[in-house]
Amino acid sequence: MKAMAEGVCGIGPLDIRDVDRLSVKIGGQVHGYEPEVDFNRQQIALYDRFTQFTLHAAREAIGQSGLTFNDALSVRSGVVLGTAGGGVNTWDENYRTVYEEGKNRVHPFVVPKLMNNAAASHVSMAFNLKGPSFTVATACASSNHAMGQAFNMIRSGMSTVMVTGGSESMLCFGGIKAWEGLRVMSRDACRPFSANRNGMVQGEGAAVFVFEDYEHAKARGAEILAEVIGFAMTSDASDIVMPSKKGAARAIKGAVEDAGLNLDEVGYINAHGTGTAANDKTECAAVADVFGHHADQLMMSSTKSMHGHLIGGTGAVELLACIMALRDGVIAPTINYEEPDPECALDVVPNEARDANVDVVLSNAFAFGGLNAVLALRRAS
Amino acid sequence: MTDQILNKIKEIIAEQAVLEVSDVTGESTLEDLGIDSLGLVESIFAIEEAFDIQVPFNANDPSESTFDLSSVDAIAKAVAQLVNEQSS
Repeated sequence: MKAMAEGVCGIGPLDIRDVDRLSVKIGGQVHGYEPEVDFNRQQIALYDRFTQFTLHAAREAIGQSGLTFNDALSVRSGVVLGTAGGGVNTWDENYRTVYEEGKNRVHPFVVPKLMNNAAASHVSMAFNLKGPSFTVATACASSNHAMGQAFNMIRSGMSTVMVTGGSESMLCFGGIKAWEGLRVMSRDACRPFSANRNGMVQGEGAAVFVFEDYEHAKARGAEILAEVIGFAMTSDASDIVMPSKKGAARAIKGAVEDAGLNLDEVGYINAHGTGTAANDKTECAAVADVFGHHADQLMMSSTKSMHGHLIGGTGAVELLACIMALRDGVIAPTINYEEPDPECALDVVPNEARDANVDVVLSNAFAFGGLNAVLALRRAS
Repeated sequence: MTDQILNKIKEIIAEQAVLEVSDVTGESTLEDLGIDSLGLVESIFAIEEAFDIQVPFNANDPSESTFDLSSVDAIAKAVAQLVNEQSS
């Protein structure tokens, strides 16, 4: 959060194998991470990088929550996480083994390591979460869909606590090469809403949160960081890659309605803001349509300018900016903003964080495949 | 050589547009032929593979591309130029 408040850019040259054969050579890579600090040799052999990131974040989140999952609470608690690719590094490394190196034998843990639910399962095992647990894969909206499920499961009474969020780690040769093919990647920087933007930049990492029934949290005197109050998901039902203004607008409006709010109560939106022409124009048009005159009053920034697009993990990392806005009154900026774009004429909090009191925020995620998921949160009371 | 390039481009575009090669003329635009943004990215990939060249094209802003996509003839001309430049 400190880095987001200071507008630090985490995007830089990629340090990965065969980077010289890539045309996209930048990303929001996690540098200086030492798995040996968190895990023993057996665990490292079993955990893909996306699982390692998840467990690291889950330890921090659950530690901060002060919860211990035993007996009755254990069976009423679960974990629902988002990831688009799961163990992409594991796929990549083992395809090299069999195709490039011509070997006929792979490590016995390839399957349990690469499966999309590996991270959720290891979190459930590490923290004794015996209730409903699963993984959601809806491309760039995975984490928001996951957190929306966690919210609804608690609201419906199905669970008392849900560990939720998401993770992604596809900054490897095959992962980047696949994205290069679509020709929507920038080779120099992620500049959401700026007229001179030229595409998205990938990132990696994880963010995990503890969603807890409000009364349960109150009763134990927990520190409440923010309150999740609404969620909506919609499908464009139109195109596999091009976003639709109508689908996005229905999700935004739906989340506000689900929260029982008036539109003019929303003070900040954490944008999907990928830095592609298709997303940024469509997202701004959808926000303008939904909010009307109030669109000029609210702030909307894209923190992808700093951490890159974490694909299935992105909504989780971006929820940090929402919590920072509500709890600390600091709005994370859209950095790399250089030229106004008349088609993105909203207050995108350019380049520098801003102090502002906001009571209600939204977090947008619009995935390839036309699957949209928007969360609404308010300041803890 | 240029005719060969034009014919190959017509084949690629026709396949993408699900048309007969004879339906694709030099004056046809991709829009006329019903090729959408995804079809365009796929066509460029096919062109790169067929001629072993790199086409400068960013799907974020096709209009900013230095590669002329205004018609089938224009594409063939641009490809011929890239083949010349990149074969050396």
